[in-house]
Amino acid sequence: MPDMTALIELDRVEKVFDVRRRTGPLRRERRQVRAVDGISFTVPAGQVVGYIGPNGAGKSTTVKMLTGILTPSGGRLRVAGIDPSRERTRLARRIGVVFGQRTTLWWDLPLRDSYELVRRMYRIDAARYRRNLDRCVGLLDLAPLLDVPVRQLSLGQRMRGDIAAALLHDPEVLYLDEPTIGLDVVSKAKVRAFLRTVNTEQGTTVLLTTHDLTDIEQLCRRVMVIDHGRLVYDGGLDGLHAAGDSERTLVVDFERELPPVELPGARCERVEGPRQWIAFPAAASAAPLVAELAARHGVVDLSVREPAIEDVIARMYAASSTAPA
Amino acid sequence: MAEGLRAYGLIVWMWTRSALAYRASFLMTAAVNFAATGLDFLAILLMFSQVDRLGGFSLPEVAFLYGTAGTAFGLADLALGSMERLGGRVRDGTLDTLLVRPVPVLAQVAADRFALRRIGRIVQGLLVLVWSVTRLELHWTALDLVLLPMMLLSGAGIFGAVFVAGAAFQFWAGDASEVQNSFTYGGATLLQYPPSVFAKELVRGVTFVMPLAFVNWLPALRILGRQDPLGLPGWVDFAPPLVAVACCALAGAAWRAGLRSYRSTGS
Repeated sequence: MPDMTALIELDRVEKVFDVRRRTGPLRRERRQVRAVDGISFTVPAGQVVGYIGPNGAGKSTTVKMLTGILTPSGGRLRVAGIDPSRERTRLARRIGVVFGQRTTLWWDLPLRDSYELVRRMYRIDAARYRRNLDRCVGLLDLAPLLDVPVRQLSLGQRMRGDIAAALLHDPEVLYLDEPTIGLDVVSKAKVRAFLRTVNTEQGTTVLLTTHDLTDIEQLCRRVMVIDHGRLVYDGGLDGLHAAGDSERTLVVDFERELPPVELPGARCERVEGPRQWIAFPAAASAAPLVAELAARHGVVDLSVREPAIEDVIARMYAASSTAPA
Repeated sequence: MAEGLRAYGLIVWMWTRSALAYRASFLMTAAVNFAATGLDFLAILLMFSQVDRLGGFSLPEVAFLYGTAGTAFGLADLALGSMERLGGRVRDGTLDTLLVRPVPVLAQVAADRFALRRIGRIVQGLLVLVWSVTRLELHWTALDLVLLPMMLLSGAGIFGAVFVAGAAFQFWAGDASEVQNSFTYGGATLLQYPPSVFAKELVRGVTFVMPLAFVNWLPALRILGRQDPLGLPGWVDFAPPLVAVACCALAGAAWRAGLRSYRSTGS
């Protein structure tokens, strides 16, 4: 009996590519690359999931299989009960896809015209189209942009335009590939707020790939980390830090140059004149460290750096491959 | 099929409006397109300033071949000429954005960057065709009158199949558009000349292997009252629609195979 509430189901899904490489003037080497190596997970309807991992880990291959672009080499995959690779066009009516770097809007035409094409292509009835367009325009501040040719929009405006285009047909699942890449702080905040609203009000399931930890923190209750084609983590964000053994960094400017400071539960990573970088476990609080430092030395300025998602994942992978079997 | 044609029409309309956003540029490129294709015919006129006959054919007869080949090719080029860009879309990954839409990919790729200015080639081909017909003293039978439009449409179908098959090939070899061009643009130029100026092997090749001879040579020779150089039976002159349908079926199969391969390898 399949889980009826699961909107996305993957069961040992694999994707193997045949890579041909030229090794000499006439010799060619054939090699198999397992881009996705047996991934299983389910996503219930209405969840927002972050799908992260370093470049080449298999993120976009997974998303391409979920959208029906690529045919899996093995395993079972269902989205809204549909086998994406077999019924790609039927599935297309029920999903929305935003490719961060590739706009689907019409460059030389007013933004409104791109939406009109979506309406006709998806055969969205007039009332529903009106309602969805009004909602997107209101929430994403698109009203002043509707009659502007897309080529004149900024990157952030265009991304908002693209996200609206992907939602006009009321998709049950929204896939976003790097939706905030290259955007300024204000645009990022708008996009995130909009996605939250869509998820809570429409119940749209969202799966996003990103390199931006803040996207994950503000949107996703669940994170999946993929590396070398395998799922190395599936859970909450806090657990991710613990599992990855990651560290935050306290950057301190002292009044004068000091030898590397020594603190319990922390270590000095780097010294540059009066500035020092002090690493401590991500799960620990920075407050006692700051109090201790300020008590001992004159502190001019300090800031806390969050661990880069890449570092967290790198550590996590290093840990998973060196751990005894 | 109907869904595909509808999507094709929708996208073509968007590209046409995009082109009209730069009205002056559109008019200029259309004019240049018209003039550039006219240069082909100018070359033929220059040749005839030196000789009376080309491979035994008079100027109006060659103009008839030129007009029929040009019009048929122009129709296919207008409808599907942008398909050669598929390789670029495969390389830069933008093909994926077409694969997540609920309409056939072939229709989307065929309509991609639709360029109305290509209509210049059709107009130019038709003008030469009309001129040749007024100069040729042909005895039109009812059959010939059916044969002429059938020839133009079937010819467009055959060239269209070459465009689709060529694009399908780009799923495997991303930069194969030059090979495709040699068959499309090259083929169209070949057919502007009488078959008698070419070696028999070549004529056989474009009859039996790459059936471009059915675009205009075989039916046009009948209208002109000439023997075909291969001495094929007379009913062959009426085969173009069948050849066109067969070519389109093969091209469709090639397209599906190419798309399947792309979806299993990614690029």
